[in-house]
Amino acid sequence: MVPLSYYLVLSAILFACGVAGFLIKRNIITIFMSIELMLNAVNLTFVSFAAEWRALSGHVFVFFVMVVAAAEAAVGLAIIISVFRTRETLNVDRVNLLKL
Amino acid sequence: MSLHLWIIPLLPLAGAAINGLLGKHFPKSLVNTIALGSTAAAFAYALWVAVRFLGLPADQIPHIERYATWMTAGTFSAEFGTYLDQLSLVMLLVVSGVGFVIHIYSVGYMEHEGGYYRYFAYLNIFMFFMLTLVLANNYLFMFVGWEGVGLASYLLIGFWFLKDSAANAGKKAFITNRVGDFGFLIALFLLIKHFGTLQYDTVFKALAAYPVEASAGLLTAVGLLMMVGATGKSAQIPLYVWLPDAMEGPTPVSALIHAATMVTAGVYMVARSNPVFNRAPIALLVVAIIGTLTAIFAASIGILQTDIKKVLAYSTVSQLGYMFMGCGVAAYGAGIFHLMTHAFFKALLFLCSGAIIHSLSGEQDMRNMGGLRKYMPYTFWTMTIATFTISGFPPLAAFFSKDEILWKTWASGNHVLWLIGVIAAAMTAFYMFRLWFMTFFGEYRGAPAENSGHGHDAHDSHGNHGHAGPHESPMVMIVPLMILAVLCVVGGWVGVPAALGGSDRFDHFLDPVFHSTAERAPGAETAALPAEGHEDHEEASTEYLFMGISVAAAAIGFLGAWFLYYKRTDLPTKMAEGAGGLYRLVLDKYRIDELYGATIIQPIILASTNILWKGIDATLIDGAVNESAAGAQDVSDGLRHMQSGNIRSYAGWVAFGAAVVIAFMVWRGVR
Repeated sequence: MVPLSYYLVLSAILFACGVAGFLIKRNIITIFMSIELMLNAVNLTFVSFAAEWRALSGHVFVFFVMVVAAAEAAVGLAIIISVFRTRETLNVDRVNLLKL
Repeated sequence: MSLHLWIIPLLPLAGAAINGLLGKHFPKSLVNTIALGSTAAAFAYALWVAVRFLGLPADQIPHIERYATWMTAGTFSAEFGTYLDQLSLVMLLVVSGVGFVIHIYSVGYMEHEGGYYRYFAYLNIFMFFMLTLVLANNYLFMFVGWEGVGLASYLLIGFWFLKDSAANAGKKAFITNRVGDFGFLIALFLLIKHFGTLQYDTVFKALAAYPVEASAGLLTAVGLLMMVGATGKSAQIPLYVWLPDAMEGPTPVSALIHAATMVTAGVYMVARSNPVFNRAPIALLVVAIIGTLTAIFAASIGILQTDIKKVLAYSTVSQLGYMFMGCGVAAYGAGIFHLMTHAFFKALLFLCSGAIIHSLSGEQDMRNMGGLRKYMPYTFWTMTIATFTISGFPPLAAFFSKDEILWKTWASGNHVLWLIGVIAAAMTAFYMFRLWFMTFFGEYRGAPAENSGHGHDAHDSHGNHGHAGPHESPMVMIVPLMILAVLCVVGGWVGVPAALGGSDRFDHFLDPVFHSTAERAPGAETAALPAEGHEDHEEASTEYLFMGISVAAAAIGFLGAWFLYYKRTDLPTKMAEGAGGLYRLVLDKYRIDELYGATIIQPIILASTNILWKGIDATLIDGAVNESAAGAQDVSDGLRHMQSGNIRSYAGWVAFGAAVVIAFMVWRGVR
């Protein structure tokens, strides 16, 4: 059986990739995908612990996260399309009207 | 039985309120009616009170009336109440009587002035505060009157407030008095601390029961601090400097406030506090020394002054010195006697000088007067009476009072003080007759008939009523002069000493105030008991001798003035040219103002400017406020850059924060 720590290290690597992608990339869609990556890294942690300790709540929580991620994807993509329509760019550095 | 003494001060207060609030729209006659009516009513009521008072049995004196509690703080409480004994009765009659006479005179003097209603409102409010001071039954209530007369004095000195010198003189008077009041207040605090009350009767009774050994230091401190207050109010060394400047006010004000009544408040306070001073011989000695020094110091300045009102101002300072000299040898009766006669003759002198100034369209320099005898006969004769009175010629009032002071000073063993007093008396006679000769004799030296703008006290008046040269004053001004002249003549007869066949009635009248409350101060035994019948023949003959010396001193002063300012009028100028540094020093009033300016005022201004203003206020307080504002701005300016609008930097901060939290949790261990 694969030890728990392997899952956790994989999860941490995935999460770090997500964070790095989020911070480095400028394209909103890539950033969006990085977010999904981080969410799923967390999901992996949840299910690993749930399998380890035979606790059901971890599994349930993963479903909730998936639902939220789906909803987020729907709303987020709508926003991205709307931004692209008005500004004709997906470069996040140029979407900065809310700054002081 | 109540005498309803509260009516007396409230009458002038009502007059002041009506005139002050509504008088602007009143015709002059109505202002006169209200101001003079309220004062006259107060005087009449005071006379009625005097009659009733004399009918009181001895055990009901002092007559104390309590109206209401004023304030309570812990065990201390003060009340509104009045205290009538022989001393306050004398003061009451002098203040209301002389005050009324000067009100009458003011009608004529101020006739052409702007602010007529304002003047009378101030004058009435002065009467209110002065009567409060005199009638109060505790020190705190007295202090209300004490400060109130200072306020009235300030307002009236600066009556012509558009003139810088008048406004400054008012400020000087007020601030100098603050210094004295500071001492007086501390004396009151000491009394509260040790006796828990400021009621005259309670404090004096407690004093009598207080062990002598325990009280000496305390009472000396209280006495000296009270004397500090008295030097301010009564213009003694070292705080006399405000009084000569106070002559910027209208002349009737000088007569009423700065000669007859307010400046004697210090003497009244010392006499009122005689149980304190009787048990504090050092304080008493200080009073006597300050009084004597002031008497001769001011008299010597008066000799060389050329402004007629300044001469009289220094004369007032000097005469107040005599009063303190009397009080200082525990002869309070003599001091109060001189206070009363001084109120008559000095008020008369000021009113006469006012008549002269009025008639000469504001001229105050005696070098521009002369020969006025022909133009102003009434003023001349009343002034003559006043001049002979102040110089101490018998049988006029000041002869008896001044002589009594000098005699009791000698009898108390203070022979040096007596000698200084006699010399000052000779100086008094000299400068007064100098004034008299320069003003009324010789040829008129002023400008001939002048029809242009006309004003008193160098103030530009608004009315031009065609004055042509010196002229006699209207009746409304002459009648007060005559009343006061009569008082100058007969005023002293109430206190003819036993040695002259009288019975010292005035002293005996005041005896209950000064002799019953506490034992005498050591060293004042002889002065204290002249009335107890041990004045044998030998002492009487000594007293004749001293009267002779006093009169001789006055005569020397008279002859000196006669020789220099009547017979050989060229001599003073020559002497002045040949005179040395001392002459210049006296002419410059010993440069006391300059001395105070250099040693006290300049350092205070410098310290205030550099430490208080630029140091503490501008740097510390303003600096703290400005710096905290600037600091907040700097911090915000730094934080502002975090909000760049760059989403990735926000995300970086979030990641950074999360990393910090995780690191912290790892480091501390997760629970």
